[in-house]
Amino acid sequence: MNDLIQTILTEFQKRFGADVYEFRDESSAIISFENILPAARALRDEFAFNLLTEETAVDYWPKQEPRFHVVYRFRSLDHNLIFGVRVPLNGNAPSMPSLVDVYANANWFERELWDMFGIRFEGHPDLRRLIMPHDWEGHPQRKDYPLGYEEVQFTFNFDEIDLRKPYAQE
Amino acid sequence: MGIEQKLGNMGIVTHKLEDVVNWSRTRAMWPMLFGLACCAIEMMSAQAAHYDMSRFGMELMRASPRQSDLMIVAGRVSRKMAPILRRLYDQMPDPKWVISMGDCASCGGVFNNYAIVQGVDEIVPVDIYVAGCPPRPEALIHGILSLYEKVKGEKFKDWA
Repeated sequence: MNDLIQTILTEFQKRFGADVYEFRDESSAIISFENILPAARALRDEFAFNLLTEETAVDYWPKQEPRFHVVYRFRSLDHNLIFGVRVPLNGNAPSMPSLVDVYANANWFERELWDMFGIRFEGHPDLRRLIMPHDWEGHPQRKDYPLGYEEVQFTFNFDEIDLRKPYAQE
Repeated sequence: MGIEQKLGNMGIVTHKLEDVVNWSRTRAMWPMLFGLACCAIEMMSAQAAHYDMSRFGMELMRASPRQSDLMIVAGRVSRKMAPILRRLYDQMPDPKWVISMGDCASCGGVFNNYAIVQGVDEIVPVDIYVAGCPPRPEALIHGILSLYEKVKGEKFKDWA
């Protein structure tokens, strides 16, 4: 393991009480959502991680509690290193601090997360939907979101479905 | 050519207006680009030199709905795209036709979910459905020729 990564991991354990793990030579830290802003600032200012390459989320419902993990991936162009941070989030109205003040490109990532998972980012300047239409209800990437399956027309049920299919008029 | 004998020396041909108008409509039917997914690639290749849709009077794919007669919906239509598609359809001048190209545009295809419109006929009236995933350029051209047959059969009283 890289020396700098080792330093970051011990610092994160000391300051934020982070759980650390390594997967395929990439190290990650699991921290709680109160610590994400100081952790991101430390990564950017002290350890020269000048790029937020990714911010996404995973929904582990119903297998795991807390159900959401927000996943950050920071990159240091100076040291050619990647460092991951995971933030578990609980509850039905999950909310956490926005990273826009630290990394400006978090803006659209967080809009997408709000759109797809319904995770609220406090302090975000413009938290609108990014992908779905603005009047959409629900957050489609949640595991408990219905898939919206429509019954398929076959020969045996063609007429029955044809009756209630909404055809457009001229 | 032989046509002179039929004309006599008068330079006049008599024919049914219905047939002449319908014939002229099929000879210069300009499609509007509506490439939404992989079907658009087949639509482009149907337009390009090898298949050459301009043999059938489709010299130009117009990017503007105001200059086109036919909308080829090529690809899956997402729920966010649906109002835009309907708006472009409304901007096309009459007479206008719609070809739904491929399985996704016709019935949702493999995307049976909340994000994709299950058949573009929920938004605009469709004249011809072309099956295939994606349909080959020959299939699209067959669809267009079938549309020509349909247009040639249109009646005076229905023009309105």
